[in-house]
Amino acid sequence: MLSNRSFALRMVLWSLLRRRSRLLVALTGVTIGATVLLGLVTLCYDIPKQLSREFRSYGANMVFVKDQVGGRLTHGDLESVRETLPADRLVGLTPFRYEPVHNNMLPYTAVGTYFADVRLTSPFWRVTGEFPSEPGQILLGAEVAEATKLQAGQRISIEGRNTNQDRYSKDFTITGTVSTGGVEDAFIYLSLTDMEEMTREPGHIDLVEASLTSGGTPLGDLADLVRRNVPDIEPRLVTRVTRSEDTVLTKLTWLVYLVTVVVLTLTMICVTTTMMTVVMERRKEIGLKKALGAENKKVAREFLAEGLMLGVLGGLIGSLTGLLFARLVSYSVFGRGLNPEFHLVPLTVLVSALVTVVASLWPVKKAMEVEPALVLKGE
Amino acid sequence: MLNPEISPDRILVISDVSKIYGPIKALQNVSLSVGSGEWLAIMGPSGSGKTTLMNIIGCLDSPTSGRVLLDGLGLDSLSSAELTAIRRESIGLIFQQFHLVSYLTALENVMVAQYYHSLVDEKEALEALENVGLADRAKHLPRQLSGGEQQRVCIARALINHPKLLLADEPTGNLDETNEAMVMDILHSLHKRGSTIIVVTHALEVAAHAERTLVLEHGRVASDVRNQPYQK
Repeated sequence: MLSNRSFALRMVLWSLLRRRSRLLVALTGVTIGATVLLGLVTLCYDIPKQLSREFRSYGANMVFVKDQVGGRLTHGDLESVRETLPADRLVGLTPFRYEPVHNNMLPYTAVGTYFADVRLTSPFWRVTGEFPSEPGQILLGAEVAEATKLQAGQRISIEGRNTNQDRYSKDFTITGTVSTGGVEDAFIYLSLTDMEEMTREPGHIDLVEASLTSGGTPLGDLADLVRRNVPDIEPRLVTRVTRSEDTVLTKLTWLVYLVTVVVLTLTMICVTTTMMTVVMERRKEIGLKKALGAENKKVAREFLAEGLMLGVLGGLIGSLTGLLFARLVSYSVFGRGLNPEFHLVPLTVLVSALVTVVASLWPVKKAMEVEPALVLKGE
Repeated sequence: MLNPEISPDRILVISDVSKIYGPIKALQNVSLSVGSGEWLAIMGPSGSGKTTLMNIIGCLDSPTSGRVLLDGLGLDSLSSAELTAIRRESIGLIFQQFHLVSYLTALENVMVAQYYHSLVDEKEALEALENVGLADRAKHLPRQLSGGEQQRVCIARALINHPKLLLADEPTGNLDETNEAMVMDILHSLHKRGSTIIVVTHALEVAAHAERTLVLEHGRVASDVRNQPYQK
């Protein structure tokens, strides 16, 4: 046997389904609101990640040195740092070793590094020719190439003395030149393995550069983590990068929040207006129900239930379109997709339902003021 | 001595009732009593106060002065919520415009009255539709029904909660002759079964079905006469 609750539900459902044109108008408003809401919140989640990847093109945002003046890091320190930093945020970790060398009696600085890692932490390097890929190959800074008049394919002789003042000398094949417009232009780059063999002093590293994405634990806290976990190491933030990154991300996030609040407000106004129209159109029905003896709270419940169903339905549809919207924006702005934040769907449905119900309160209050006598008068 | 105002055979007693809207005196010192099981027709030209009187009897409005007793209960001092409760429990309303809920079927329109009254009972609602000859139209929406059928659904809805008083406002005003006859037959049958009926109408031929006719003019009772027993 049909219960009163089932009948009330049936009434609300028929009211929505058998008045489809009205339902569509109201549903469109709620759906657009939910679409923009979920789309923006998804972008709020994703923009820092996307921009963070973009910021990585500016180079490392954290460097590690020995905390004693003149002290040097080891390969063990490098591995400890790699293990301490979160793997999902670590774009690259590159060791650098600096040695004073000579060529044709002129002093230069040779830098030993791993070129595969350099590509990750310093994507801004403009290399003419190629990165060294085999032992015995070398990359010249643009200024060095200019001074020595050497170019890719030619050979260069590097000589120097190690810490024991033992002389060393080795010939390398030039694979290309690097130009950054910065200090890199004045260096000679070779693989760290070659440098260790050439100096006959393995195991030393002067500096480690790390490139980390934003989001989650702040970089400062990660630096503290490394400081605690790896003895005698001093992590430093590259403030010109991290500060501009933080500033842009913070401003952008606030902008998106602001737009979200504006959209929510507009949605609420839209739904209130729609519900007001619905109430005005259904004054006769409300009057009739009251004339039949309906208590105000029962009529109010029916309208709020309609609002709730609209909110839930609009929230569900809007969640799907919102995810698509965010994906489209991400593709068109950043040129890559994003991971759909499915956990935001229930939240969007909840907010959508809440906004619709709250927006229905004023129209429902007006509905309660309808005089049933109007029905008898035929007005 | 028993107060005649609360005599058990008087379902409605109206004493010296006036209703004033600003400068307009819609009703002036109207007195009237209706016996249980009686069929009264209220007639009068437009603006004579018929609808105002109907609204007061139907607990949709309150008088400015005077007393209204419905089944022994004074209506003049009741709150809006209490009047709603009396409407729900004691009065069945039949409208000229039928006023069915457009998105509900004939059966659901009858069940709406049950829902607001107490508990829905689909079987009983279907029986009510059977009684007005509409069992086969139970699943139809109002727009799929003729005017006469819609009015019969309206009657079934008015009767479903077994009201003490049936109030009909121009019940045949929008119907053709065939449907008018059908509706009047239903009212006769209800009257025979003891229902108290008050019909507001412009039409003499509709009023002639009643046992008694009250004529209003300028908000006052112009006449209150017993009709000849109706004969087809």
